[in-house]
Amino acid sequence: MDFTFISGQLFTGLSVASILLLAALGLALSFGLMRVINMAHGEFLMVGGYLTYLAAQWAGPTLGDAWLWAAFPLAFLGAALLGAVMEFTVIRRLYGRPLDTLLATFGISLILQQAARQLFGSTGVPVTAPAWLGGAWQLGDVTLPFVRLFVIVLAAVVLAGMWWLLNRSRFGMHVRAVNQNREMAAALGVNTRSLDMLVFALGAGIAGVAGVGLALIAPVNPTVGAAYIVNAFLVVVVGGVGSVLGGAVAAVLLGFVTALAEGFTSVSLAQAILLVLVVAFLQWKPRGLIPTKSRALEEA
Amino acid sequence: MTRLSSSTVAVIAVLIALAFAPLYLGAYPLTLLGRVLALSIAAVGVMVVWGRAGILSLGQGLFFGLGGYALAMHLKLVATPKGELPDFMLYNGVEALPWFWAPFASAPFALAMVLILPAAAAGLVAWLMFRRRITGVYVSIITQALLLAFVTWLNGSQGLTSGTNGITDFQTFLGVNLRGAGVAHGLYWVTLLFVALALGGTALLLRTPFGAILTAIRDNENRTRFLGFNPAAFKIAAFMLGGLLAGVSGALYTLHLGTISPAMIGTAFSIELVVWVALGGRASLIGAAAGLVVGQLAKDRISSAAPDAWLYVMGSLFVLVVLVMPQGAAGLIGGRRRAPAPTPTPQNPAPQNPVTQNPVTREVSDAV
Repeated sequence: MDFTFISGQLFTGLSVASILLLAALGLALSFGLMRVINMAHGEFLMVGGYLTYLAAQWAGPTLGDAWLWAAFPLAFLGAALLGAVMEFTVIRRLYGRPLDTLLATFGISLILQQAARQLFGSTGVPVTAPAWLGGAWQLGDVTLPFVRLFVIVLAAVVLAGMWWLLNRSRFGMHVRAVNQNREMAAALGVNTRSLDMLVFALGAGIAGVAGVGLALIAPVNPTVGAAYIVNAFLVVVVGGVGSVLGGAVAAVLLGFVTALAEGFTSVSLAQAILLVLVVAFLQWKPRGLIPTKSRALEEA
Repeated sequence: MTRLSSSTVAVIAVLIALAFAPLYLGAYPLTLLGRVLALSIAAVGVMVVWGRAGILSLGQGLFFGLGGYALAMHLKLVATPKGELPDFMLYNGVEALPWFWAPFASAPFALAMVLILPAAAAGLVAWLMFRRRITGVYVSIITQALLLAFVTWLNGSQGLTSGTNGITDFQTFLGVNLRGAGVAHGLYWVTLLFVALALGGTALLLRTPFGAILTAIRDNENRTRFLGFNPAAFKIAAFMLGGLLAGVSGALYTLHLGTISPAMIGTAFSIELVVWVALGGRASLIGAAAGLVVGQLAKDRISSAAPDAWLYVMGSLFVLVVLVMPQGAAGLIGGRRRAPAPTPTPQNPAPQNPVTQNPVTREVSDAV
């Protein structure tokens, strides 16, 4: 295995990790804060992907290559709206019952997948990336396609935004307060009910943005979300629930391990190896890379 | 006690009625019923693991598949002429029988493996998880991930497992021609016998102190630990029993269908299994088995009448069961018998952290 091949694989791994990270951010938010296991989270990615496709169809003819900038707000708002509706109708009634949220949201994911199948067909719809993303950057022997670079930058920007939002804004202060002690935060005047909905919608919106990145790399089909959801959960578990930094590190690690393993064996064996490695890792650190500090004996 | 025995009498009556089913059911309904009954054994396993021990495994398809594949490998070798390789291996350019296939030529070995493989795999998985006190949703995610790894490997190993096509084209089992007359009836009765054994055996087992400790672990694992029990050992045992039942179920299902493939055991199957158990009532053995039977029969009806509608129906069922009847149908009928866990309402949300509500455990956690 030569240097060119390995660095090429690492680069691909990094771009896969970027999408995983964007998917995992929303999961980590709702899981860490509300103890909600959202199996329909992958479908927010799917919705973002289809909205990107629609943006290219509608805005492409008039805006030219600038349609991509219309796709971001569309995908974010569309997925966030769906998330808010889901929180209001179902999730809200299930707080404190994490395993039940898992079952109910799996049901929702089935409904959304079938709806996508009937609206867009079961084969993937292609999205043509704007011309300015068509090229590649030649770095020695290594070819870095602009599309994949764009996805990596996108993840970095969203991550920085999240960090700012959580650590520097008033909203983030409330989120952290609720995370540490929900009753106390509520007693001090934080509206935990509406905060829950906002956080859930934000996580969904970020997944929608991840869907834009996904659509640029591969065709969007009804099961695209299901393909990402397990790995996104692994990122959350490996990173430590509720830790944005842990999630970021875990996403990159998982992306690298997958890409390298795929370079040496088959894709299916690489996936199996990754999953076994994760279980082995949890033997060593059962609460993830960066566990949230808690004095509780039990966690849901 | 009288109530318990009256429900036992009801179950025995239903089983007897089912035993006479071949007399009044046509060929297709009988096959369907047999298949669904085979699956209900896996549901009994889910009830033990989830309803009793509080462990939600989303990877039961793994153990189901191990049992199914163990039997399928034997059936395939029997159907292959002596000294030749199974057809799919020839297509994929495999030149010698893989080492792990060879012993399955022996029927006693294969039948033993139907029991041992799933139980051992479940034991290993459970040991890895419960030794490090991995609990709750982590268990669900890890079991689902392991199942995914298994299915991905099956799909990717064309030459070893026949990949996505699965193992098929069986001829005889223990010398009986599987396509012969009367086999359908015989298989149905064998399945029913196994269902009765699984139900009876599990019911007896859960009435022992073992069952009581599982309940204690489900309701408060730490308190059980402080009382001097090792929860991990009991959880591993429960998980192994669940795996064993899933394996038996998988083997019977493979016989009924005449094939096994990765698509039959994947994530969708494993979660569906859990939902039928939830629908019937995860705290009740009969509820779990009946939930699966009714759910699968409904699936057959609806998905053949309106294939597009099925996923909508099932998705809505998932949501409704969880929202409206968390204890399942059995909870609606026999809710008084076993006090269900307090169900949080929007007005009275459950605490995020059980410790804060319980003064006794709180002292303990402060001391830690």
